[in-house]
Amino acid sequence: MAITKDTVKYAANLARIELSEKELEHFTGQLDRVLEYVHKLEGLNVEKLAPTSHVMDIKNVYRDDIVKESLPASEAIKNAPAKEGDLFKVQKIIEA
Amino acid sequence: MTDYEIVIGLEVHLQLKTKSKVFCGCSTAFGAPPNTHVCPVCLGFPGSLPVLNRDALKLGAKTAIALNCRVEEEIKFDRKNYFYPDLPKAYQISQFSQPLSRHGYLQILFDGKEKRIGITRVHLEEDTGKLFHTQDASLIDFNRSGTPLLEIVSEPDMSSPEEAYLYLTALKSILEYIDVSDCNMEEGSLRCDANVSVRKKGVKELGVKTEIKNMNSFKAVKAALEYEAERQIETIGSGGKITQETRLFDSARGVTEPMRSKEESHDYRYFPEPDLTPFDFAKNILEDVKNEMPELPGPKRKRFMSNYGLSDYDAAVLVSDKAMADYFEKCASLYRNSKIIANWIMGDISAYMKEHGLTIDRLNLKSEYLTGMLDMIDKGVISGKIAKSLLIDSIQTGKDPILLVKEKGLEQITDAGQIDQAVDQVIKENQKIVGDFISGKQNAVMALVGKVMTKTKGKANPRKVIEMLKKRLKGEA
Repeated sequence: MAITKDTVKYAANLARIELSEKELEHFTGQLDRVLEYVHKLEGLNVEKLAPTSHVMDIKNVYRDDIVKESLPASEAIKNAPAKEGDLFKVQKIIEA
Repeated sequence: MTDYEIVIGLEVHLQLKTKSKVFCGCSTAFGAPPNTHVCPVCLGFPGSLPVLNRDALKLGAKTAIALNCRVEEEIKFDRKNYFYPDLPKAYQISQFSQPLSRHGYLQILFDGKEKRIGITRVHLEEDTGKLFHTQDASLIDFNRSGTPLLEIVSEPDMSSPEEAYLYLTALKSILEYIDVSDCNMEEGSLRCDANVSVRKKGVKELGVKTEIKNMNSFKAVKAALEYEAERQIETIGSGGKITQETRLFDSARGVTEPMRSKEESHDYRYFPEPDLTPFDFAKNILEDVKNEMPELPGPKRKRFMSNYGLSDYDAAVLVSDKAMADYFEKCASLYRNSKIIANWIMGDISAYMKEHGLTIDRLNLKSEYLTGMLDMIDKGVISGKIAKSLLIDSIQTGKDPILLVKEKGLEQITDAGQIDQAVDQVIKENQKIVGDFISGKQNAVMALVGKVMTKTKGKANPRKVIEMLKKRLKGEA
């Protein structure tokens, strides 16, 4: 076992996913197999490879500081599940 | 209180002065109607891709250099993951393992002594949207989301709220000199959080720290730190323990209180941002940035001291504001006595600006007007007293003081006959004071000088008045 049920519970909480006891059991087993598979990489000899953070061998992709047209507010909030005026509306964040 | 040592570190967030956002082309202008400066990228729509604004990185590099940081050879961006609706992607593009720069410092002047405050890192990230909390919901405006933000993290090198205040003032001064941000705390282009802990003197380990947020001015930072340090010392002193937590400053009541939020302990799970390539051009544009770098407040202060013979204090006040320093130098090129210029700028002119909420670049006083007026004082055309009101008059009308003097007939009376006449009258009208002088009260003469000055509407040359009064009184005695 590379992963415990507690770790899965913790990760689920970070992702704001609620898991039942049965699902927890199920995903712990699944994730364990995934991790095991990924662990195969540890067997590779990477001595001659430089560490990389990006899959493509390119650098310095940027744009100039030019303002472009934005979306109109009506368009921007069109698909919002909840809105008030032109503002997005979500559950209250700060406790009163 | 004195058994304890305070340890303070500051985290400053600075909006960079670019026209467009850091990863998309939306405008960064402040004060637009809600959600009108947004697009699929800064709203985090699926499939949208960020592209770095070159100028944001350039301004970041400029700041890093001005703060004596080492700009890294290669930098990259990382995703900082958290659930909070101020960012729609559920992560913030920030920098974690390969930030723009590290290991800098800035100097503060505390009690006339220089102290170096370390800067841990300066990195580039995106700003969040703005939340408004109503009775039963939170509302979001994403206009600010994606504005380029520089995070400037200091070492825990400050040992008093006063030092923290000086650090912020020095930092703001540098940032204004290099013109990378509006540095406006009210509009939120400069924000500050503080980490503070206390420990018994002589103890090596740092105490448990708290993080203080919600301070909207440098004075508020100082007040919040004073309160929080005191609170921690009292808590520990009475056997209590400090909990590591985030506290909000309530400026109306001057207290810090634990923040009650639904946010839980952080686990940001940073990982490299796959949508952005690494960058090494910050290093490549270093030469450009260095060439564009203006003289910074620290070196300028030293130059003012040696070139103009100003005191450490005068030089520090003048260079704290770039416009003021420029104004001083313009005047100094027109008028010989720099100390007198400094006195006028730091005295009457600053008082006027403070009263009217003005900065020197918005003040209606040409440098040649000030120096022209100083010349008139030197030549005895006007008295120093008249000059004070003449200055205000010139600022308010925008007119040349030389012209105003002619228009209003403010020339100093040096004509002996005219002064004589006034002296005569004053002696006649103030026999009691004259008697005091004759019976030995030397100071009584000054009261008479005052009367003569009033009579001549301040235009008599005071030295001449004293001279003549003494002559007359002694003659009578």
